[in-house]
Amino acid sequence: MNIIICIKQVPETTEVKINPETNTLIREGVKSMINPFDMYAIEEAVRLKEKFAGKTTVITMGPPQAEAALREAMAMGIDEGILISDRAFAGSDTWATSYTLSSVIKKIGAFDLILCGKQASDGDTAQVGPGISAHLDIPQVTYVKKIEEINPALSTMESGNTERKGGVKDKFMRVERMTEEGYEIIETPLPALFTVVKEINEPRLPSLRGMLRAKQARIIVWAQKELQLDSQKIGLSGSPTQVIKIFTPPPRPGGQIFKGETPEIVNKLVELLKNEVH
Amino acid sequence: MPIQIIIEKCTGCALCIKACPFDAIRILDKKAVIDLNKCNLCGACVPACKLKAVVLEEGEKPAPNSNLKDYKGIWVFIEQKKGKVQSVSYELLGKAQELAKKLSCQVSAVLLGNNLDGQLDELIWQGADNIYLVEDKKLENFQDEPYTNVLVKLIQKYKPEILLCGATSIGRSLISRVAVKINTGLTADCTGLDIDPKEKILLQTRPAFGGNIIATIITPHHRPQMATVRHKVMQPMAPDKKRKGKIIRERFDGSVYASATKLLDIVEELETLVNLSEADIIVSGGRGMAGPENFKILEELARVLGAAVGASRAAVDSGWMPYSHQVGQTGRTVAPKIYIACGISGQIQHLVGMQSSKIIVAINKDADAPIFKVATYGIVADLFEIIPALTKRFQEVLRR
Repeated sequence: MNIIICIKQVPETTEVKINPETNTLIREGVKSMINPFDMYAIEEAVRLKEKFAGKTTVITMGPPQAEAALREAMAMGIDEGILISDRAFAGSDTWATSYTLSSVIKKIGAFDLILCGKQASDGDTAQVGPGISAHLDIPQVTYVKKIEEINPALSTMESGNTERKGGVKDKFMRVERMTEEGYEIIETPLPALFTVVKEINEPRLPSLRGMLRAKQARIIVWAQKELQLDSQKIGLSGSPTQVIKIFTPPPRPGGQIFKGETPEIVNKLVELLKNEVH
Repeated sequence: MPIQIIIEKCTGCALCIKACPFDAIRILDKKAVIDLNKCNLCGACVPACKLKAVVLEEGEKPAPNSNLKDYKGIWVFIEQKKGKVQSVSYELLGKAQELAKKLSCQVSAVLLGNNLDGQLDELIWQGADNIYLVEDKKLENFQDEPYTNVLVKLIQKYKPEILLCGATSIGRSLISRVAVKINTGLTADCTGLDIDPKEKILLQTRPAFGGNIIATIITPHHRPQMATVRHKVMQPMAPDKKRKGKIIRERFDGSVYASATKLLDIVEELETLVNLSEADIIVSGGRGMAGPENFKILEELARVLGAAVGASRAAVDSGWMPYSHQVGQTGRTVAPKIYIACGISGQIQHLVGMQSSKIIVAINKDADAPIFKVATYGIVADLFEIIPALTKRFQEVLRR
C-alpha cells in the first residue's frame, strides 16, 4: 500500500511572543516543528506500512529549511521525502497550496492513500486536506480517529494505482470520523484522502537508526522548474483570497483575584455569574 | 521581486516594521529592507506606509472565475442533523441579515436533507428570505460527495455573491471541497464579518497563530466569497413570525446524489451530556483534578449549570477523560459564555482553545499559574473545597 503524507513546518506556538514595541510576532530564534496534527498522520502511515508493506512518501511545501521537517518524518520511519520549494509558491492561500500539493501528488503517481493532519497549528484552516482531494477528485474523510478495517486484499495487492480500474475497486477502508456528538463509521474505496485527529494513535519517538538514516537520506527538491505548474494557479496569482490587514488582538482585560474563606468566595462568585446562567 | 521598497520614497520611518507580522523588515542606512526569506507577501506593510514606498506586485492578476456582477445575494448553508437545524445556522442567518442590509440584497437558506418541512418556518422567522430546498433519501445525512455536488450545482445555477457556513466538522469538510470545485476563495473559522463600505465586498476576520494574530481577508476577484464561521460568535435574530419567505424546491439527477464513500453508522457517545461546541457554559478539568474519579464533582457542577464538561490535554493524555472532551490546540476550540477552568495551569496550547470565552473563571492552588492571566475571576484555592461548595450554592440560587 502506497501512502503519501502531506506535512507542514510550523513555528512552535508556545514560543510565539509579541514584541511589545513593534506589536509583531517575534520569529527570531523561534524553533520550528512539524505541525502537531501531522505527527499523527506520519505515525499512521508508518503503522500501515508495517502491516501492509508498500512505500511511504512525505511531502511538504515551504522554504528550504522545511527540509528539517521531512528528515524528522523520515526518522520516524517514512521512506522518502520531497520538498516543494520555490519563491513562485510564496503567498499561496489554501486554494493555491492544495492545487500545488495535488499536482505534486499526480507527479508522484501511484498511491492508495493520502494522509494529512486535520489542520495546521499556525493557519488553523483545515482547508488544504479537503482541497487536495477535491483537486484530485478522490473521496475524502476528515477528522478520522480510527481505521477500523482494511480490505485484506490490500496486503497482497501490488502497489496502488491512481486510476480506479482493475482490481483496485475492491480496495476499501472502514474508518471512524469524529463529529461534535460522537463519530460516524464510513467506508471508502481507495485511493482516498484522510485528515486525522489526535485520537488515532500515539506517535513514536524516532529510533537512533531512523535518525541516522534520515540524516543521510537524499531529499528530493522540486521547484517550479521541475513541476511546470500553471503560473495562474500558484503563489499569489493563484490565490483567490488576500490578506489585507493583520493585527494583534487586544489583550484580555485584567481580572479579579479572590482569596479568603471558601463560603465568602463562593457567594461572591455565584452573585457575579448567576445572571449569565439560565 | 514580488515586493519592493522604492528607495527614493522611503524615509526610514519604520511604520512598515510595526505592520509586519513576520518580523521581515529592517532599517539599514535609513531605508527599509525586506528579508524575502521571512516575508510572506501578506501585504500588511503596503497600507502602513504613508509615503507609498512599499509596492506589492500583484503579478498576473488572478483570473476571475466569473463575471462578478452576475452574483447576487447572501446564502447560508443550513446544517441539519437528524432533520434538525443546528444553532450555528440560525446565528449565521442573523449575521447574514445584517450584511444584507449593507448590500441591499436578500438572504437565502440552503437546506439539504430529507423530510425537512417542519424546519422551514423557523428558518424564515429567523432571517431566510428564500429557502433553496433539496430533499432526497440519499441526502438524509451529511456526506461529502453528494452534498458537494448539490451545492456546486446550486451555486452555478443561482450565483450567490456570498456563501456562509458554520465552521463545524461538516462545514469545514464540505465547504473546503466546494471552494476548490467552483474555483473561489474560502476563509476558515471567521470570528468577524463585515461589508467594505466602498468596495461592497466581504471583510472576513479570523484568528491565526492560535489567536496570537488576527487577519482580515478578502476575496476580490472570485465569487461567491465564501467563509466558514465559528460557533457562538454571531447573534441569531429574534424570531419574527410575521416574516414571509419563498421556498424553492430543487431536484437533481440521481448521479448527483451518488457517493463513493458509504456512511454505515452514526454513533452518539452517551457520556457527552452537552456538546462542547454548542455549550453556553463549560466546566473543564486539568491535571489538578488528580484522577479520573474526581471528574464526578465537575459533572455535578455541570449538571446544575446545564454545562458541558471539558478537559485539558494533561487530563486527556492521562486517560482521565476521552479525547472528545479536550479543549485546546490539539482538541476543540470553544467560546462559551462562561468557561470554568479547574486545576488547569493554562499552557498556551490550552489558552488558544478557550481564550475567546466571554467570562473565564479559574480555580487553581498555584497563584502563579498562567491561567490567571486570562481569568476574569481567579480563585486561588483548593478546587476540592471550592467546586462542591459552588455546586451547592448554585443549586440554592437557581433552585435546581
